[in-house]
Amino acid sequence: MENIRNFCIIAHIDHGKSTLADRLLQVTNTISERDLQAQVLDDMDLERERGITIKSHAIQMDYEWNNQKYVLNLIDTPGHVDFSYEVSRSIAACEGALLIIDATQGIQAQTISNLYLAIEHNLEIIPILNKMDLPNAMPEEVKDQIIELIGCDESDIIEASGKTGQGVPEILEAIIKKIPAPSGEKDAPLQALIFDSVFNSFRGIIAYFKVNHGEIRKGDLVKFVNTGKEYNADEVGVLRLKPEPREILRTGDVGYIISGIKTSKEVKVGDTITHVKNPCTRAVAGFEDVKPMVFAGVYPVDADQYEDLRASLEKLQLNDASLTFEPESSLALGFGFRCGFLGLLHMEIVQERLDREFDMNVITTVPNVSFTCYTKKGEKIEVHNPSGLPKENLIDYIEEPYIKAQIITVADYIGPIMKLCIDKRGELQSQVYTSSNRVEVSFEMPLSEIVFDFYDKLKSISKGYASFDYYRTGFKRAKLIKLDILLNGESVDALSALIHVDHAYEFGRKICEKLKELIPRQQFDIAIQAAIGAKIIARETVKAVRKDVTAKCYGGDITRKRKLLEKQKKGKKRMRQIGNVEVPQKAFLAVLKLD
Amino acid sequence: MSGIYIHIPFCRTRCHYCDFYTTTQIKRKPELVDALIKEMELRQLWLEGETIKTIYFGGGTPSLLSADEVSMILDAANNLFRLDSKSEITIEANPDDLSTKQIRLLANTPVNRFSIGIQSFHNHQLQLMNRRHTAQEAVDSVKRVQDAGIHNISVDLIYGLPESNRTLWNQNLEQVSALNVKHLSAYHLTYEKGTVFEVKSRQGKIFPCSEEESILQFKALVNWAKEQDFIHYEISNFGKKGFFSQHNTNYWMQQKYIGLGPSAHSYNIETRSWNVSNLSVYVNTIQKGELPQESETLSEKNKYNEFLITSLRTRWGIKLDVFERLFGSEEKERLIQKAAPYIKQEKLYLKDNSMILTDEGVFLSDLVLSELMVLPDED
Repeated sequence: MENIRNFCIIAHIDHGKSTLADRLLQVTNTISERDLQAQVLDDMDLERERGITIKSHAIQMDYEWNNQKYVLNLIDTPGHVDFSYEVSRSIAACEGALLIIDATQGIQAQTISNLYLAIEHNLEIIPILNKMDLPNAMPEEVKDQIIELIGCDESDIIEASGKTGQGVPEILEAIIKKIPAPSGEKDAPLQALIFDSVFNSFRGIIAYFKVNHGEIRKGDLVKFVNTGKEYNADEVGVLRLKPEPREILRTGDVGYIISGIKTSKEVKVGDTITHVKNPCTRAVAGFEDVKPMVFAGVYPVDADQYEDLRASLEKLQLNDASLTFEPESSLALGFGFRCGFLGLLHMEIVQERLDREFDMNVITTVPNVSFTCYTKKGEKIEVHNPSGLPKENLIDYIEEPYIKAQIITVADYIGPIMKLCIDKRGELQSQVYTSSNRVEVSFEMPLSEIVFDFYDKLKSISKGYASFDYYRTGFKRAKLIKLDILLNGESVDALSALIHVDHAYEFGRKICEKLKELIPRQQFDIAIQAAIGAKIIARETVKAVRKDVTAKCYGGDITRKRKLLEKQKKGKKRMRQIGNVEVPQKAFLAVLKLD
Repeated sequence: MSGIYIHIPFCRTRCHYCDFYTTTQIKRKPELVDALIKEMELRQLWLEGETIKTIYFGGGTPSLLSADEVSMILDAANNLFRLDSKSEITIEANPDDLSTKQIRLLANTPVNRFSIGIQSFHNHQLQLMNRRHTAQEAVDSVKRVQDAGIHNISVDLIYGLPESNRTLWNQNLEQVSALNVKHLSAYHLTYEKGTVFEVKSRQGKIFPCSEEESILQFKALVNWAKEQDFIHYEISNFGKKGFFSQHNTNYWMQQKYIGLGPSAHSYNIETRSWNVSNLSVYVNTIQKGELPQESETLSEKNKYNEFLITSLRTRWGIKLDVFERLFGSEEKERLIQKAAPYIKQEKLYLKDNSMILTDEGVFLSDLVLSELMVLPDED
């Protein structure tokens, strides 16, 4: 146990975490040059394209230092705010963390919140300045930021480059010298923390864990404390490049367990594994049943594909336990599912995976957050869908989820960013200049406000020089009303939204304008209206098409004409018929792109 | 009833609305004529067993051919294909090419129909379109052709031009009446990619006329035709009785045709093919004894869609008995079902077991068509 080091990496997207991790694997001969894919730790295509590690993994390395053999377990962490709970569990499995900062970009908001998590868990932080090979590296300035942030000495900061391999031996040495060995009791009853799980179509769910106390052997009868389920440890082992079975895993070890579990729901990140006989007295602290916070309707474009969509979602759920779904029907869109996501990125990922892995063409409705509605009768109802709201006269009050938002930016953009946050009902909590030109602000604001076009706006007003992170703080009472959208007098449930009363008029006007842009002209006029209850608050009209004719078929070129018309027809096929109006898919997400 | 289309791509200058394949290398005419004849030889069997009843010189500017060149091509066609002695033989001509002498020479060839590209009888509109002739030249050229004893004359006009209005358009139509021609092709201007008009409109230098104005000009056209006994027999074509373009009508009647020359299209029921749109590649490939063409084999669905596209363009519409024979009674029922809303809205009507576009429907024909068609990958 004295020669085990468990550590994770804290880094902002694009700060070179994966490249540097590859270097560690290479230098420790965990992976050969030939096997080295560009970034081994990210093995989903989607992740590699986005440069985001969506699902965390772990890998074990051997390293000899001062004639001693060490086992180094790198526990990879997902890099996005939607997965902050998973990050916290990965961190909880470690004793140390590499803090990787891009020497050309400096510290970003997300890095800070993960860093705080690591400090909270008493992790030893090893600061690393990456991308030192780049000509625009600004080591002095970024070092100052790091010193300011974690209060280390300048000499503690390792200058490195994933690209050239600079600093890699120093990092390995620091891991061994500075990060403490795990400290569990090896004779105590088994207590192991599940920090991740993956789905394997042959083996079922594979859970990744760290043994905090005691030991686990192949064939042991174990229990997952929070779900209460019992399993036989069919196989336990360590995570090299491929899983390697072992007879026993001891205190401080990081490994995996396969026990014939079929669905990801049974393996909850943060849960504790113990023995059925002689269980541990306490589970690992900090377990949370993560609840989705953003909901959206997901409908098959082709109504016949409803069952296929269900099967696809079920399969997705096998390795994405945080995705929830339940059947829902919409007058506009027919039968589909209300899906719950951890956040917007998670939603996007699910949509993309449905498309890529399952070839499912879906319409996603406007996302909304989970509201809590209190009725006059004293009932408490969780509302995941504007149409699920009780009648207005039955509602006592509504609560909506709040977040604490952290934004780091350069001083030039602080004005417009403050305005954006205040427009989004944010309340300033603090504003700190971390250097003469860097400002860290934090706001308390409703989650629903960042669901609608917050990221895009933040990005554009800060010209990309702002990083953003948030965590949820709880629920607060809010004056929300239901805004309906009508097409030719018919209410389109998939377009209705719960919105703060102060924003309703402007929002209604903008969405009508946007829909006018997105709905193609048809054979008749189309009235687009926004309404609160029976009151129309905004209206636009899409004028009927009166001319749609190809004048000439030149020299008998019927092929071109046919292909044009077939294209026109295909475009129509992708639209949804609502009443007598044909609505393109993108209109359902119109509210996300309001100016 | 098969036809031959011959594409003469040469133009002295390019008109601002035109996206057809054209080239200004007029000096290469002899090469093209050679290649056209060679192509006929290479494709002699393509319309085997068919009698040719129409030949159409289109362009570009076919009137840039000398009468001798026209004769050479027609002689070759006569030798290589079974040509009906009463064939309709049309040449497209620009007014500025139609000198008295040239008309006389052409009249001595088997050419028996002139399609004159007038486009407008207003000089400012002609300039806008970059035409080479004046309104007066246009009028004179028609009269000269008539004086040479040829009365089977068609003229082309374009409406819906930028800054056009009904007064100007009505004046154009009145001029057509006054000239006593037998046929009018009237096209609404479209802004095709690669044309000067399209670029200028994108740059905001010219402004397409409003939809309202387009419709009013179209209505004026339809009314004028009725008053003048011109039969509106195809979306853009109007003819006096007995003077419809047989060649173009064949396109809409699913008749076979062979297209010769660069960019020309051919059709033989089962396939459509088209020659490369490049004079040099065309000539060089033909000289090597190869055909510079691409083709597609028509699937059942392609045929279905094309049947609708071509039939609905005409005043005879979709002949439902023919449709049923080709695609079965089940499909016929489906078609009628799909058409029902449009019949109700008076975009289509049924008459004598045919489904035909109404005057209002003509202006929305693409919309109606795309509704009636099947998707090529649909079951």
